[in-house]
Amino acid sequence: MDGTAPPPAIEVDGLEKSFGDVHAVRGVSFEVAPGEVFGFLGPNGAGKTTTINMLCTLARPTAGSARVAGFDVVARRDDVRRHIGLVFQDPTLDGYLTAEQNLRLHAELYGVESSLVPGRMRQVLEMVGLWERRATTVMTFSGGMRRRLEIARGFMHSPRVLFLDEPTIGLDPQTRSSIWRYIRQLKEAEEITIFMTTHYMDEAEFCDRIAIMDQGEIVALDTPAALKAGVGADRVRIQTEDDEAAIAALADRFGIEGRTSENAVTFFVEGGEEFVPRLFAELGVPITSVNVSRPTLDDVFMSHTGTTIRDAEESSATHRNRIMLQVMTGARR
Amino acid sequence: MSAADAALAPPVRVHVPPRSFRSELRAMKIVWQRDLIRFRSDRIRIITSLVQPLLFLFVLGSGLQQLSSASTDGVNLKTFIYPGVLALAVMFTAMFSAASIVWDREFGFMREMLVAPVSRSSIVIGKCFGGATVASFQGVILLALAGTVGVPYKPAVILGLFGLMLLLAFTITAFGVMVAARIKQMQAFMGVMQMIVMPMFFLAGALYPVTNLPAWLAVLNRLDPLTYAVDPMRRLVFNHLDISSAARETLAPGVTWWGWHVPVLLEVVIVLVLGLAMLGVAIWEFKGDE
Repeated sequence: MDGTAPPPAIEVDGLEKSFGDVHAVRGVSFEVAPGEVFGFLGPNGAGKTTTINMLCTLARPTAGSARVAGFDVVARRDDVRRHIGLVFQDPTLDGYLTAEQNLRLHAELYGVESSLVPGRMRQVLEMVGLWERRATTVMTFSGGMRRRLEIARGFMHSPRVLFLDEPTIGLDPQTRSSIWRYIRQLKEAEEITIFMTTHYMDEAEFCDRIAIMDQGEIVALDTPAALKAGVGADRVRIQTEDDEAAIAALADRFGIEGRTSENAVTFFVEGGEEFVPRLFAELGVPITSVNVSRPTLDDVFMSHTGTTIRDAEESSATHRNRIMLQVMTGARR
Repeated sequence: MSAADAALAPPVRVHVPPRSFRSELRAMKIVWQRDLIRFRSDRIRIITSLVQPLLFLFVLGSGLQQLSSASTDGVNLKTFIYPGVLALAVMFTAMFSAASIVWDREFGFMREMLVAPVSRSSIVIGKCFGGATVASFQGVILLALAGTVGVPYKPAVILGLFGLMLLLAFTITAFGVMVAARIKQMQAFMGVMQMIVMPMFFLAGALYPVTNLPAWLAVLNRLDPLTYAVDPMRRLVFNHLDISSAARETLAPGVTWWGWHVPVLLEVVIVLVLGLAMLGVAIWEFKGDE
């Protein structure tokens, strides 16, 4: 190597997307190195899927630019498409066809050289453990099997970048972990960059780097370890008889900002375990339970956005419902 | 586990070539093939879409024969309505094929096709040819019954009818795809298609001769594109029947415009041009539909 870094697999600069007055993505910028597993973490409605759609050439950016596998997503749309694989949030298989026929169809649409198709097909089907089921109609597959088949299909044409939009949404925990095993195996077998979105914190841990997205913006971007270290402090969660008095007392006596979420007061403090005795002695509000934990990605999310990912989802769902209602009743604004 | 073995084997690297005429042809072919595969595996649909044409042909045809034997100059009514019934069968099957576009969108498969590095024209063209082929296969089953309704099994008749069915099926699929580009719910799509297809069928003279009609009906009949698909089929059949020229004149007089006999070739061209025009609109709609 002569020391020059290989060109990034994905380069995004000031990307924006608006739908009328709604700003779904508000100027995001980042780079993904070749071979990296890069995750977008955020609640539903944060703009993750819209960003993916722009990178996959399915939506045109309102402003900014993006290059995938070295090609501009607007000017070189077809070149981008040749080099990417996609696994959508919603299933996109033909249930009337067999697993093999679905893959064959994909290979034909992508113009994969016919003589290589059988070998490649066998390989990707074996990697997701569906080779024995290749002649079965997809309609009879379980949710997890369909997902695996879609992942195999995303790999079918040896893409340079694979996009996975919520690859395990709606699956049970056991299936989710098996999907992850397959993704990791595939990743090891091929030189590929993976770009994924998720709103499961535990899945984000599998990524080399994570961008935390909230309300159309990237609020933090780093490795999971660095993000957690960035929070610095431990998380303390207390249940009290009077949460408001507790928050006031925290600010007053210790200069700590506490927030209520999910019926508890949460705050961050360095050396949490040593802090607990002082807390009991000095808070002045009766505490019914206490829990100290190392920061998780959920805490990272909270420290950057002020809410938990679950609360953010609920509020964005209410927000969406309100917009829907306004549209339906014709009473906009 | 086999997955572990596969991870050890060197990966088969494939390559996606830049878009070319050849890759577009392959895309068209696979979209077309998909329709055939799905049709073959859907035996219930093959049978159910035969029910209606068979009802028209044998039940309505035999029943009304009692009333009409005097005015058909000894020609069996079933023979007379046979071309119309062929058109009906083809129309319904073609319509269902087009409906699968709405279906594909609802069930997500459309996205798989739309993100592929191929032109959307190839997908729409493949779809229209797929619908046409499937509908013509359906027609072949009815063609096999020609003898039972007094239509001779002459190669010219059978091949001619098959060609005309292929043409009609293509045009109807193009029409359906054009509508499907705009209408995104299955219910609404089927509703719209029923609303258009049944009047088209009744106005086209599939069940009656197109001369001496009341003025309003004559006008609507001449405006109905299906008229120009049914008439060539009927003329083809009647040209090979052993009947008096008077009977032929009454039952298969051909379409006239202000007294001018429209030649079969022109009728065929009308149907073809309409089909191509609707295909064009469908392609244009899908290209704009980002």
